[in-house]
Amino acid sequence: MSRRDPALRTTYDVLAQHGVSRREFLRFCAVTSAALGLPVSAAAEIANALQTKPRLPVLWLHGLECTCCSESFIRSSHPIVQDVILNMISLDYDETLQAAAGHQAEECRKQVMHDSPGGYVLAVEGNAPLNDGGVYCTIAGQTFESVLRETAKHAKFVISWGSCAVNGCVQAADPNPTGAVPVSEIIHDKPIVNVPGCPPIAEVMTGVLTYVLTFNRLPELDRYGRPLVFYKKRIHDKCQRRAFFNAGQFVEEWDDEGARKGWCLYKMGCRGPTTYNSCSNVKWNDGVSFPIASGHGCIGCSETGFWDNGPFYNRLSAVPLPGVEATPDTIGKIAVTAAGIGVGAHIAAALVKKARDRKGKHTEPHDMATEDQS
Amino acid sequence: MTPGNTKRVVVDPITRIEGHLRIEATVGDDGVIRDAISSGTMWRGIEVILKGRDPRDAWAFCQRICGVCTTVHALASVRAVEDALGIKVPKNANIIRNIMFLTQLVQDHVIHFYHLHALDWVDVVSALSADPKATAELNRKVSPKWPLAGTGYYSDTKAVLKKFVDSGQLGIFANAYWGHPAYKLPPEANLMAVAHYLEALKWQKELAKVHTVFGGKNPHPNYLVGGVPCAIDLDDDNSVNIERLNLVKAQIERAQQIVEQLYLPDLLAVASFYPEWAAIGGGLGNYMTYGDLPQAGIGDTNAFRFPRGAILGKNLGEVLPVDPKNPDEIREEVGHSWYTYPEGKTALHPFDGVTDPHYTGPKPPYEHLDENGAYSWLKTPRWKGNAMEVGPLARMLVGYASGRDDFKEVVNAALSKLGVPATALFSTLGRTAARGLESQLCAGWLREEYDRLIANLEAGQAATATTELWEPSTWPSSVKGFGFTEAPRGSLGHWVHIADGKIANYQAVVPTTWNASPRDAQGTRGAYEAALLGTPMADPEKPVEILRTVHSFDPCLACASHVFDPDGRQLAEVVVR
Repeated sequence: MSRRDPALRTTYDVLAQHGVSRREFLRFCAVTSAALGLPVSAAAEIANALQTKPRLPVLWLHGLECTCCSESFIRSSHPIVQDVILNMISLDYDETLQAAAGHQAEECRKQVMHDSPGGYVLAVEGNAPLNDGGVYCTIAGQTFESVLRETAKHAKFVISWGSCAVNGCVQAADPNPTGAVPVSEIIHDKPIVNVPGCPPIAEVMTGVLTYVLTFNRLPELDRYGRPLVFYKKRIHDKCQRRAFFNAGQFVEEWDDEGARKGWCLYKMGCRGPTTYNSCSNVKWNDGVSFPIASGHGCIGCSETGFWDNGPFYNRLSAVPLPGVEATPDTIGKIAVTAAGIGVGAHIAAALVKKARDRKGKHTEPHDMATEDQS
Repeated sequence: MTPGNTKRVVVDPITRIEGHLRIEATVGDDGVIRDAISSGTMWRGIEVILKGRDPRDAWAFCQRICGVCTTVHALASVRAVEDALGIKVPKNANIIRNIMFLTQLVQDHVIHFYHLHALDWVDVVSALSADPKATAELNRKVSPKWPLAGTGYYSDTKAVLKKFVDSGQLGIFANAYWGHPAYKLPPEANLMAVAHYLEALKWQKELAKVHTVFGGKNPHPNYLVGGVPCAIDLDDDNSVNIERLNLVKAQIERAQQIVEQLYLPDLLAVASFYPEWAAIGGGLGNYMTYGDLPQAGIGDTNAFRFPRGAILGKNLGEVLPVDPKNPDEIREEVGHSWYTYPEGKTALHPFDGVTDPHYTGPKPPYEHLDENGAYSWLKTPRWKGNAMEVGPLARMLVGYASGRDDFKEVVNAALSKLGVPATALFSTLGRTAARGLESQLCAGWLREEYDRLIANLEAGQAATATTELWEPSTWPSSVKGFGFTEAPRGSLGHWVHIADGKIANYQAVVPTTWNASPRDAQGTRGAYEAALLGTPMADPEKPVEILRTVHSFDPCLACASHVFDPDGRQLAEVVVR
């Protein structure tokens, strides 16, 4: 089937063709703007961009993974995934969703590589196993590593979806039996946007794509290649249970009174204080909740090596924290005067205050919550 | 009929599945499939990674075996650990797990039907010649209560589709099999199905919110050994409370509407145009379930909504008992897998599993695999030596053959609506229909489980977790456990050995390993391979018929091919009980 030059058509053209009214379009731009945390004035910029920028072909590869990223992607609420795949990008290869199979599917990928060199985005879900000649993941008889290299060659840029592609995730956990490596260890000559998480939040995924379509540039990235708009802050920083952390009110065991009152899960192993992601901000599934709000600690699924930073229910006391020299276990026994950043410091601050309030009454972290219940 | 020349048809990648699957079919010059091999072409090794870790963490690792059936491995894992340690979870936890199980199943089945399977039956391009008025009439006829069935709605949908196709940028619909003679739906049915593909895509994200309430996110909601992590306090704004429960209830009601007014009517409408597929793709005729949805604790298998059992040789007159812990029942072979067993061993129970990988396939890139040797990363599980099919059809048949009225009611209603006998179930169409009928049952059960939860809360029971055996110091030095569930794709089992507070051995035998397994030592084919035999193909170059039967099983390869120890290490000393 012939393929029209994508450069001739803008996202707004296509939206209009698909029966989307001008009003709906502008509302979509406003919602997108809000989702990206941009000022109200940016909605007009988005609207303008989508009317003048061409649609972007996307080739979406699947290596060693569990497809949770694709499943997350289709949960997006703003924009809904129908808009994304019918109106915003041209999803020309994606084993999970595409109708064609076998060599007809492979032709789709090769045609885009041939027709639009430098003009398509390579989205990668999963990673490549390098052990034993790559036999642990083959597609159409080809190793995934070779598919990845071949497809990246003429890509405009690469998006690494999820922790598999970004940091190796579960199959790269010790002892990494297949030799699975992140995309960035194979592709060195293209810009890579890292979108970690197991999976990433749906609106973060569509937000990254929309950012590129809207502003015609990659979002600003941190030194790990993560978009600052979604990975700048720790989950702890905006956690709704943060006030309980500051107050020294902790869940001590599952389903205790603190659990029922939604107190801080730090002592149950929560990785919120060391995890950079938007869970406590954007939240999950159209803002319904996020892990901590639903009673389980964060397992840190967007952080490199999180699988080997367990057990998950052991608290982070052994993790070195910036600005403090003691762990929460020992902190009650030493003098900490400066309120720095980090878990230890917060606990210390709470402790110091509590100690002052009680006029020198000795307090250990372990019995703080119990005391606060009384 | 003597086949003349045969040709080898390779379909790789099989798309619209989870993971990486390859089918090679030998097709006669009459277009009929004479032989087929099914090969899993990925492997990740999660059990190896689990060794030595905290068993309370295992659910999270196992959950990442699969993000499509995103709760099932977590559920099987916490159950395996609880079984090993003798932990009994509170009633609320059991009910909440049941609700999460059911929402997963219904959501997954709807996605499978519309987004993974429908395009095998529905010609997107043909929908362009549909008459919107006639399409609206068709929709009202097959589903009188469904609200979006006006002529205007279908005119709009058709206009959207026309502009999309005219653009030449077909995206996920590009280069497929449109116009293939195997497509039999009239244009109006195609347009209705395309419209509902989009409706289902919009809806699927909604039901997932039930997982978000109880598990904090979806995909990959949180589980907990000993219960569920979400605490309940009806008088607190930070717990599961009336607002959260109302959200769950609203989603359950919407799910019932989607299943009854969208999914089932579409399924039966599409099926009515493909009666020949009620005689194609039957395959093994052996079916097995572990059962699920406990009503009186996980130990009382007789009180499951999904009963446990096996059926051999399509004999619906007898349901045989299944004991997954019995070392003589479930055993795995590796004769046609890329592994070897120790001298003298040909089949091993999962508690006793040994794996020694040995890739003997062709060096990539390759053209063909050889079924005379090893050809897959999947093992070959057998039940009492029999190749078994697991999944929705197995569950519906075991329920039906067990004499359960609820199963009989939905099955008989569908059979009579389609005017086909019960034997029609043993087919590709039967498998696809069973998934819909099961969704109908499950949507009803969802409401019942929700009501059970409310009744329990009304009675003042708020407990969601037990912590009595949380600390490893309370555990015996060596214990073994079996955890299971009925995943959307079929029976899933996890076998764990915990020693000195750590995982000593972990084995999973998953639905797609049963269904997509290579042949065994006797040459008996796995369920996919057997089901493809005898299938007529209109044009072997365009393998839509292969996709129909393979998709009818809903393959999940990340699940199927994760289970082996690549170094062939004996993970632990295992004593068979």
